[in-house]
This record gives sequence, C-alpha cells and structure tokens, in this order.
Amino acid sequence: MKRHLLSTADLDRSDALLVLDTAEELARVADRPIKKMPTLRGRTVVNLFYEDSTRTRISFEAAAKRLSADVINFSAKGSSVSKGESLKDTALTLAAMGADAVVVRHSMSGAPHRLAHADWLDAHVINAGDGTHEHPTQALLDAFTLRRHLRDRVETPASGAPALDGLHVAIVGDVLHSRVARSNVHLLNTLGARVTLVAPPTLMPMNIEDWSCELSYALDPVLPEVDAVMMLRVQSERMDGSFFPSAREYSRRYGLDERRLNLMAEHALVMHPGPMNRGLEISASAADSPRSVIVEQVRNGVSVRMAVLYLLLSGSEPAIGHQEGVA
Amino acid sequence: MSGLVLRRVRPLGGDEVDVLIQDGLIAAIGAELPVTEVDVIEGNGAVLLPGLVDLHTHLREPGREDAETVESGTFAAARGGFTAVFAMANTTPVADSAAVVEQVWRLGQEAGHCDVHPVGAVSVGLRGEQLAELGTMADSAAQVRVFSDDGHCVSDALLMRRALEYVKAFDGVVAQHAQEPSLTAGADMNEGAVSASLGLRGWPRVAEEAIIARDLMLTEYLGSRLHLCHVSTAGSVELVRQAKARGVDVSAEVTPHHLMLTEEFARSYDPVFKVNPPLRTASDLEALREALADGTIDVVGTDHAPHADEDKDSEWSCASFGMLGLQTALSVVVEAMVRTGRLDWAGIADRMSIRPASIGRLTDQGRPIAVGEPANLTLVDAEADWVVDPLELGSLSRNSPFAGRTLPAVIVATLLRGRPTYLKGAVR
Amino acid sequence: MTAVPTRPSDPSEDARPVLDASDIARALTRIAHEIVERNKGCADLVLLGIPSRGVPLAHRIAARLEEIEGTSVPVGSLDITMYRDDLRTQPARTLEVTDLPAQGIDGAVVVLVDDVLFSGRTTRAALDAVSDIGRPRAVQLAVLVDRGHRELPIRADYVGKNLPTSLRESVHVQLLELDDRDAVTLGMDGDVLDHGHDAGIAGVGERE
Repeated sequence: MKRHLLSTADLDRSDALLVLDTAEELARVADRPIKKMPTLRGRTVVNLFYEDSTRTRISFEAAAKRLSADVINFSAKGSSVSKGESLKDTALTLAAMGADAVVVRHSMSGAPHRLAHADWLDAHVINAGDGTHEHPTQALLDAFTLRRHLRDRVETPASGAPALDGLHVAIVGDVLHSRVARSNVHLLNTLGARVTLVAPPTLMPMNIEDWSCELSYALDPVLPEVDAVMMLRVQSERMDGSFFPSAREYSRRYGLDERRLNLMAEHALVMHPGPMNRGLEISASAADSPRSVIVEQVRNGVSVRMAVLYLLLSGSEPAIGHQEGVA
Repeated sequence: MSGLVLRRVRPLGGDEVDVLIQDGLIAAIGAELPVTEVDVIEGNGAVLLPGLVDLHTHLREPGREDAETVESGTFAAARGGFTAVFAMANTTPVADSAAVVEQVWRLGQEAGHCDVHPVGAVSVGLRGEQLAELGTMADSAAQVRVFSDDGHCVSDALLMRRALEYVKAFDGVVAQHAQEPSLTAGADMNEGAVSASLGLRGWPRVAEEAIIARDLMLTEYLGSRLHLCHVSTAGSVELVRQAKARGVDVSAEVTPHHLMLTEEFARSYDPVFKVNPPLRTASDLEALREALADGTIDVVGTDHAPHADEDKDSEWSCASFGMLGLQTALSVVVEAMVRTGRLDWAGIADRMSIRPASIGRLTDQGRPIAVGEPANLTLVDAEADWVVDPLELGSLSRNSPFAGRTLPAVIVATLLRGRPTYLKGAVR
Repeated sequence: MTAVPTRPSDPSEDARPVLDASDIARALTRIAHEIVERNKGCADLVLLGIPSRGVPLAHRIAARLEEIEGTSVPVGSLDITMYRDDLRTQPARTLEVTDLPAQGIDGAVVVLVDDVLFSGRTTRAALDAVSDIGRPRAVQLAVLVDRGHRELPIRADYVGKNLPTSLRESVHVQLLELDDRDAVTLGMDGDVLDHGHDAGIAGVGERE
C-alpha cells in the first residue's frame, strides 16, 4: 500500500475520485465558524520547503491545521540547509523529531522520491513540487476546480462515476520546465479528459509524442475547442537559454489577452497555477475576467490538501495509491 | 627449482593444460607437468586469459584519497583480473606534468597490485586552452603514451588538431571524451522520453556524435591516431564503422555498464545510475553489443569512477557522475557477451587485454599465452556466480550499479609477472 | 484501493427478526409525537441524521412532524467520520455527506437521529461536530434501537425500541431508502456487521 503522494501517475481513477470527493466534503469546513476538526490531532506534519513558496506552504499549513495536526515549517533560507546540510541529514533530523508526514518542495526533480525511498525516514512524503517533475496537489486542485464548474458538461462514462470525461483542456506555456503540466497531463487523462499542449517548439519536451495528449505550436486555433485553458507561468530566465527571443514576442504569440478570451466558448474557464506574470503569459483583463477561476483555485487548494492529508494519515494505512513498481 | 604451476587450466577456453611459470615468464605449457618443489594453483578447468588491461580508470590520487587511492584502486583492479590499468589525469592537481605522472606511476609500483600507466592531460589543468607538456610526460619515468582530458571534452577544434598532430612524434594517442559542452550544460541523463517524464535535463546523443564526427574527420585529415572513450550511442558506433572502412586509424571503447544498463534505471532517481556519458536506450545497448562483437568497438574500458558516499547519497541533480567498475567488469562483459553467445573467450582476451595493451603501446601486456612470454595472466572460473556486495569490494567507495546482483565468472587468480596479486581464498 | 465504506451487506439467514416494517413505522410515529410533546411544538427544531441510516430516518420523522403540526422542519445530515476516536484502527474511511440546512443551527433545538445506539461514541462524536458547527439551544437524541452496552455517559431522549443484546450479537437495520425492505434483525457473531460507525465493528468482539 502506497505511503506517499509523489506523482499523479501513482493515482488511478478511483484514487483520484476519492480525493476529489473527500475534498468536496472538506470544503464545507471553510464555511463554518470553527474551521477545524480533530481528525489529525497529535500528528506532526513538517513543511520542508527548499524553494521559496509562500502560497503553497501556507496552503498546506492551513490544511494541516484545520485537521488539528501540529505543523512545523522548515524553510531552506537561514536554516542548516543553507549552511550545506545534505538532504539526508535533514531527513534524519526530521525522523528523530517524529514527523508523521513531510510535505516537500524542492528545486531538484526526484528529491521527494529519494526521501520516500532512501530509508532515511519513515514518514509519509507528499510532493509539493519537485524541480520540473511533478506537483500532484496542484493538478488535484485543478481537477477539483474543473469538476465544480463543468459538472454539467461531463459525459457519462461506460462504467463507474463520472469524473472529467469528455472535457478538453489546453495547457499553454513553458511545458518543458513545468511540473504542473506533467502532473496535469497524467491526472486529466486518468479522469477521462483530453489535453492539448500549446507552446513554442523550444519549450516542448523531446519525445513528447509518447505522452497522451495533442500538441500545437499555435494558440488561436485551439482556444475555441476547449472547456478550459491553463496558462503556465513563463520565467524570464528562460530567455537566457534562448528558448524564445523576447518577452514581447512570447506574449504576442502565446499570451492570453482580451482578444483571445473572445475566441473561447462562453463556458470556458481561465486557470493559472500562480504566481502570475501579468502582462506576459496572461493579461490583467484575462486574469480578472469573470471566467477566471484563479482565485478559487487557491481556495480549493486547501480543501484538496486537507483531503490528501486525511487519506494518507488518518487511518491505519493510506487509502490512496497502488503498489509502485520496483525501481 | 622455484616456480609456480597452474594446474588444469584452459587457455582462452581451449583444452586443459598445465602452465609452469618461472622468473616471471611462462616456462612450459603441457599436460601434467611435474609439480615437485613448486607452488601450485589448482585451476579445475578454469579459463586462462592474458592479464586484463584497462585503458580507462580513475584512481583519484592525488586529491580525492577519500574516494580512492592508487593502492585501493589497484587492489580492486587485481581482484577484477587486471594486471595493468591506465589512470586518467583528472586528479587534483591535474596530471599535466611529468611530476604528477611520475608520482602516480611510482605509487603504482609501490603498491604492486598491478602496473599503473598514468594518462597525461591533453591541456593544462584540463581547461582546454593550452597544450600540456605532452613530450616531457612521454619522456618521463611514466613513459606516457595515452593523453586525455577525460572528464572534459577537448571541444576546441584547433586544440584537438594540435594535440593529434603533436603526439605523432612519440607514437602517442589522444583519447577523446566526446561531449559538446554547450549542448550538455546542466544535463543529468539521456535526453528522451524518460528524461521528459522524470523532469531531468536531457543530454542529447548528438552532443557525443557531433564531436566524434569532427574528430574522425580531423584524424583522417592529419593521418593521426585517435581513441574514443566510452562510446555510448548507436550513432557513434555507425560513425566509427564508416571511418574504419575508410581506413581511419581510430579505436573505440565501451564501458561494461553501457553493455548492460539502460536509462530506465534512472526512474528510481538513485544517483548510483548517474554517469557520464549517460545510460542510453535499449537500442543503443544492442548496437554497442553488436559492435563489440564484430570489433568495430575495440576494447572494454571500465571508466571506474569511485565517489565518496556523500557525493552519491543525495538528490540526482546534486550527485556526482560515475560508477565503480574494476571488480565487476569481466563478469558484466561475460553476462552481456559470452552468455549471449556473441563473443567467445578468445574474443574476451582480444577486447580486454590484447587490443588495450596495443593501443596503450604496452609491450609486456596482452601477450599470447606461450612459452617465453611474461606471465601476466588471469584465471577465471567461468561456471561460478557471485553476488556483488558493495561493502565487500576492494575499492574504498561503494557506488556500484550492480549492487545486489548475481553475476557470472569468478576470478580465481591474477598474476603479475608470475606473482599472484590476487588469489581467491587467500587472506589479504 | 478504496477507503472503508459504511454500507453493510445482508444479514445471514439465521438472523432473528426484531422489528418489521409496520413496527418501525409505529415507532417513528411515536417518536415524532414525543418530540412534539417534549418541545411543545416544532418551533426552532432541526433534525440532523447521522449517515448512513440516520438520514432516511430523520426524513421520515420530519414528514411525520409536518403531518402532526403542519409546519415543515428542516432536515440535514451530519457526517461524524472526522470526529471519530477510532480512526487509526482501520484504513482511512470514506467521508459521508454533511448537508446542513441553510439557516444553520445556532439557537435551534437539534435532534440527532441515528438507527442504533450502542457504545455512545458515535453520539459523542456528533456532539463534537455539532459544537464546531454552531451553538444550538439544546441537543436531543432520537434512535430507532437502543441495544445497551454504553461506554460513555450518553442516553437517548427518544427510543423506538429498547433491545437488550449480548456483545456477541449484532443488530442489523435495513431501510427501504438504502436496502430492499424495512426491518431490524438480530444476528449472531460472524454475521456481518452493524454499520460502520456505531461501535465500530460490533458483533465481532471489537468494540469502540
């Protein structure tokens, strides 16, 4: 039985639906005067953040606290890590402190995987974003948001409960370096949706034909066809690697602006994992338009993370994830 | 008379004979030689090979004695059946002067486990800007004939040209580590579907092939001699095949791990599988095996790269590149090539002893098993298996990708000029 | 793998019937009258059913209250999974639906409705859940069956049937809304469980 959430590829359809349904119930907690339940009382959740990310860290912290878990925040800056302590020693320290779950955000792909499998600690490992590899809770909250808004447009599957069947989602931007894109491609496919990736050729990974999605180098033809568009953040550092010539050209060819919004269907949603570069990949008017669910994504993040913590930690064994293959 | 008899051994896998060794030379070969007043090593049908020669090893001394020393590395080499190793120049300080190469050569002599032939750097400090004192190193006590910036590529075409020309004066060879730096900046593993899904920066095959193509053309143009370290792709193999057909004087090398492991192992994110050049695809592996079988690839070079635990016990992207190889090399090659019927023992002798000795211009290694020849020999139990335990290997380091695996072919004895440098069952 | 569901399967053939459909109907009618009598009407009442079977029972009682008093009483469901004290003994459980009436419960008289009262731990969890949701004026408890063996100082205000049982027995409630009939049966050890929530895995020797 899997103890960790490292990648959305580890979740089958029933696991993913379980997370979404659980999050649905837990979302109501936010509407109560006392936004807390005693479920994880006595458990310790450590936020091990090697990369700065106030938004995600606060979201996990809120999720853990609403379940009455104790939260310890460990951020790289100013800690022993910045003085050169290795991942291994940090893990051994956390194990000695009795962490039940470690939420890891790291700039290097595979770091949570190492923590989960290297015998340094016994805790459940939740990947909060590793390098350019995966960000599973982001994909889960994106799916949760999609389901909430587009429930009426979902097709009935051949068997089982409907998920996101038949929906078409475009993911636009720096796919090559995006962990959000990778996690979303796996999860959207698992939940029955269709994905189109849109990016300049320099920002698409090699051998991407093996991924179950369509590709397009042009944004305009794709927009009328989709139920939602997910804009990815573009880092200006990418210009140093000659991935695209200038911010202006990128924005002109791939940015979501008012004109492009009008190409989209009435019901289609605008999403962004944040933080946004207003004016680069998304214009201010697109970000603030009525179809934008960007703020709601953040709110849904807490419910989804509560669901993940609950399902991994509350019982005698976790409720999600199947056996991993041997490395 | 004093001496040593190897009883019931099969030279190159042939018929059983006894071999008498006296004064460091093979004195007699025959059936049932008299064994009075001599030491005896019972072969029990073991295969007798010329002592293995590794053209590509990292002994880390001077500079990283925490990972390996000349003594520990050659100890591991002897256990792996090697009687001579070529020690690469990327030490600290770099082996770009007579002083450093002589130091390494002398340390090898003192340890006495196998012959150590230091490789001289092509460029000062491995910086790829200025030729190192190649001639002085060739004339030194170490008698350097192989020059390499391995670890780094000699990427500047002009510098490579000069090096290829210059070494002609003393029958030297430039051994190129083919890796175009600008195409591989920050790269961690082979570029392909696996790297895309793992979120690791990819190392395109063309970064190796483009340099090889260029250097083959330079070598042909200059009438020089070139050696290509650790060839890893099917495309590289094809380039070498075509160049040899045109008569270019080039030799190519493959590592044992590239004959056995693919990029799929990176999925575990365990840095023991992180290596330069990276593990490639199954079709590359197949092309390399075929090329070693038909001789397009001339030699197996271990690229033995010891690393201290803390350099490997980390996130993939932080970890150092490299794998141990000396002690597992023959076993891995037997598994990949002999057990699959692609190469026989004569072929093993050729790729792991005769040709490497020839490329390195060694006159006393890779010799035929015949009367009068120096007794640099390796005895292998071809039928036995062993389990690789990193804690039991001779190296100071533990980064073997074969940890826990059962491999064929157990070394029974290694003899350096008639003296056993390794004897199975003997206490060190 | 899935979380532990709370739907039991059918009782065994040896199970002894205790209440049939008409017994259940009469009990619920009586409970409805008792609620009206005790609270002097239906003002400020909110019925909260505890999933799974407490919910259809709450709806049936609400329907009867409307017949008696002519006013409609708000009904909701209150999942208590997150407040259980035995979560660590089993794999993580699926959450049930919590559906509260729009006006909330502050100042109301909340009547919790459940099918079986056993150890009392479910009721304790429900009280904790209620106090995190709001501040009712009072909380009362209505159950279809009280089988005894309390482990906490909890008692029901309204009981459909008092059913003394041994710990080796299991009580099985079936309701048309979720099963194929209305019935309460009593089985022996080895029968499938009672509902997931009350008393955990009752009848198999493991109690909360």
